[in-house]
Amino acid sequence: MRGRELLLRRLMPLLVLLVVATTAAPAAEIPAIAAAADLKFALSEIATQFKRETGRELRLSFGSSGNFTRQIEQGAPFEMFLSADENYIFRLAEQGRTVDRGRLYALGQVGLFVPHGSQLRVDAELADLRAALQEGRIKRFAIANPEHAPYGRAARALLESTGLWDSIEAHLVLGENAAQAMQFAASGASQGGIVPLALALAPEIARRGQFILLPAAWYARDPLRQRMVLLKSAGDSAAAFYAYLLQPAAREILARYGFVEPPESE
Amino acid sequence: MMDWTAVILSLKLALATQLVLLPPAIFCARWLALTTFRGKAWIEGVLALPLVLPPTVIGYYLLVAMGGNSPLGRWFEALSGQTLAFSFTGLVVASALINIPFAVQPAQRAFEAISLEIHESAKCCGLTFWQTFRRIELPLAWPGILSAAVMTFAHTLGEFGVVLMVGGNIPGETQTVAISIYDRVQSFDFSTAGAMSLLLLGISLVTIAISYGMADRLMRRRRL
Repeated sequence: MRGRELLLRRLMPLLVLLVVATTAAPAAEIPAIAAAADLKFALSEIATQFKRETGRELRLSFGSSGNFTRQIEQGAPFEMFLSADENYIFRLAEQGRTVDRGRLYALGQVGLFVPHGSQLRVDAELADLRAALQEGRIKRFAIANPEHAPYGRAARALLESTGLWDSIEAHLVLGENAAQAMQFAASGASQGGIVPLALALAPEIARRGQFILLPAAWYARDPLRQRMVLLKSAGDSAAAFYAYLLQPAAREILARYGFVEPPESE
Repeated sequence: MMDWTAVILSLKLALATQLVLLPPAIFCARWLALTTFRGKAWIEGVLALPLVLPPTVIGYYLLVAMGGNSPLGRWFEALSGQTLAFSFTGLVVASALINIPFAVQPAQRAFEAISLEIHESAKCCGLTFWQTFRRIELPLAWPGILSAAVMTFAHTLGEFGVVLMVGGNIPGETQTVAISIYDRVQSFDFSTAGAMSLLLLGISLVTIAISYGMADRLMRRRRL
């Protein structure tokens, strides 16, 4: 009995300290921003620069645009949303959840990524992919889930328009979002994948394999028109970041990650 | 490298879960240990459900129950101005529910280990319910209760599926260590993912050691 009481008495201050230390909440005013997974590297870099210049902090969440749309519809407390497919933005706008119909900020591009050590060779016509499928050299091929990830839809459109879909379908591994598809493709767990240029350009990924950009015409059915919007709950910081993304400094970073500037008329 | 925001959030969630769950769990465990009635197995079964249900099933039901379109979700939104799903409070609710078996079962085993004679002697001495509970039952059952607390803590740190579905991966609000590890792997940040995985591994190991040690203590007591 004595030993136990002593132990408890010794542990008590530690417990109290833990409770106090962990309930000192992080500032809840820092806006939460939902962003398509292809922005993982580019937007993190822009946010760091934004913080350095303005002192404002942001909380970035990356995922599939479809998932975020569903979460926002269910009341997720995001203040700004950057979608890889503008239709999601329009859907939220029609429900009256956004400030306006947003701004087109970039056009996304996809290509073929092949990790080092893969049986697959990289070429602009996808000739070796076609041959590899026939010869059974492809075991697993990564794309994002077309159900809710715009990059998955673009990849499916591309594979369909090139006539590869039927033979590749059985080998597909579906990433929950574009970043997971990228991870599947680059980790060597699959022989290759159709992934965003914006992720393939990141140094962490570029050194893991080879990448070739594929013509946008091949997935013109599901173009990656990327639109951002402020949600009704947006505060000053989110609005400032929205404006910042249209500035040359941010545009330069986006361009470095392969995001094509949208036509002026948009 | 360590994602401290996620680590602190996880610790906060684990402590909050303990705080919310343990008091009712202890009384529920005591009640189940000391009474027998028809249909008790069903109640025990319902409480054990989170052990066998896939996290996505629990996540789905919680999302439906807490979303902006449900009565509970609307009530909470009217009360607090924020939604229950995708908030820290929502995570605490979810976490408390999925941890029920981890809190109730060890405590129940501990209360069951207290022999009937002890209860009877307490009654003979004229002790009230609360006196018996505080002076006799709690001290005797404490290894089980500590084990329940530790299991709840560790299980909360490690929960993934439910948190991802109900929480939605918002840094500082719902992005726990387990989710952050998943995120870091996707961005090839293996050093952070590795460091945090090691942390969770260590905590889990200590947890198992403590709860096994407590079980051992209970067994010895039973033999005496």
